[in-house]
Amino acid sequence: MIRFLVTTIAAYAVYLLLTAGSGSIILWSESELIIGLCLAIIVGIASSRIFCRTGSPRMANPIRLLLLAVYAVIPLFIEMARANIDVAVRVITGNVRPGIVRVRTGMKTDLGQLILANSITLTPGTLTVDIDDASGDLFVHLINVPDDIRTKKSIEARELFSFFNIPAWIRRIAE
Amino acid sequence: MITTAAMICIGIGVLFNALGVIGILRFPDVYTRLHAETKMTTFGTIFLALGVVLYAGGMLMNTNDTQYLTLAIHTVIAVIALAFTNATGSHAIARAAHRSGQLPDPSVVNRLSEVKRRD
Amino acid sequence: MIDLVFIAIVVLGLLILFAGIRLAIGPSAPDRVVALDTINTLMVGAMILLAVYLGQTIFVDVAIVYALLSFLGTLAIAKYIGGEL
Repeated sequence: MIRFLVTTIAAYAVYLLLTAGSGSIILWSESELIIGLCLAIIVGIASSRIFCRTGSPRMANPIRLLLLAVYAVIPLFIEMARANIDVAVRVITGNVRPGIVRVRTGMKTDLGQLILANSITLTPGTLTVDIDDASGDLFVHLINVPDDIRTKKSIEARELFSFFNIPAWIRRIAE
Repeated sequence: MITTAAMICIGIGVLFNALGVIGILRFPDVYTRLHAETKMTTFGTIFLALGVVLYAGGMLMNTNDTQYLTLAIHTVIAVIALAFTNATGSHAIARAAHRSGQLPDPSVVNRLSEVKRRD
Repeated sequence: MIDLVFIAIVVLGLLILFAGIRLAIGPSAPDRVVALDTINTLMVGAMILLAVYLGQTIFVDVAIVYALLSFLGTLAIAKYIGGEL
């Protein structure tokens, strides 16, 4: 039941966002509101098993969603800008020393792993290649491997980022 | 004023997109090309969309036409979809390249090929 | 102002052609998939700008659907190359 409710509300919210500005009841017209509700109920029945697979409504907490938005706008965007300028310099000068290293994450949930892997892909000169299912370690391709990382067997996820403690942010959002 | 800011954002976006395309033409192997592709074009498209949102906001203040509100909201949704799917897609390509036997060609360290394959 | 948007669209079109070079010469299959993914991303950006240039919001809806479907295509090709399909 909780799965169906969460999926229906999410689908209705997306529908309302896509049709904003169509009428006079706040921003929407009557027909859009009714059709959207019908479609959201159909989507909720059809895909609730896929949308929240674990059945725990933890990510429906509005504080976590707000924190996710703040995370995307401030720390992730600044790290992205730094990484892009770094890669832009490497595109022009052409000096690369690539390599694949093993990164310990310490994430307990699948969602945390997903957000961390995507953040690593979008930020500083790194790209997630594969994942070790048993231990939850990520294999990360670095465009420029520093000397002190090259000799180590595995490194902490914290050492990949420069300004913010991204793994702690993700732990606060997803766990 | 606000249209000038929008134009500057669109200019930065086109510049980063151009650097990404130069990157995929210049870099030596598939993983470094993925670096150029996935970071630079995502960042460039975010800036293009930021320019469009600024433009739509300026026009909304001038004309009070809800068409521009729709434009801004849809652009934000398109960019969120693009940022998520681009990162996941590049992860899938890198994994597929490694499974199909392509090793990073100039590489100083490779911890993944030391691990025994599961299958 | 609108002319500058048109220039940006033309530049993006040229960039798509340059990415097509990598699509044509790329020595292995993953290289071609990388070029295809670049073309998809640039196309979404061009569609968003086209919506501003022509004043038609419907182009952005097309861009959303294009982004999601191109992601599915990339994922399918990547699974096929990796031998998991």
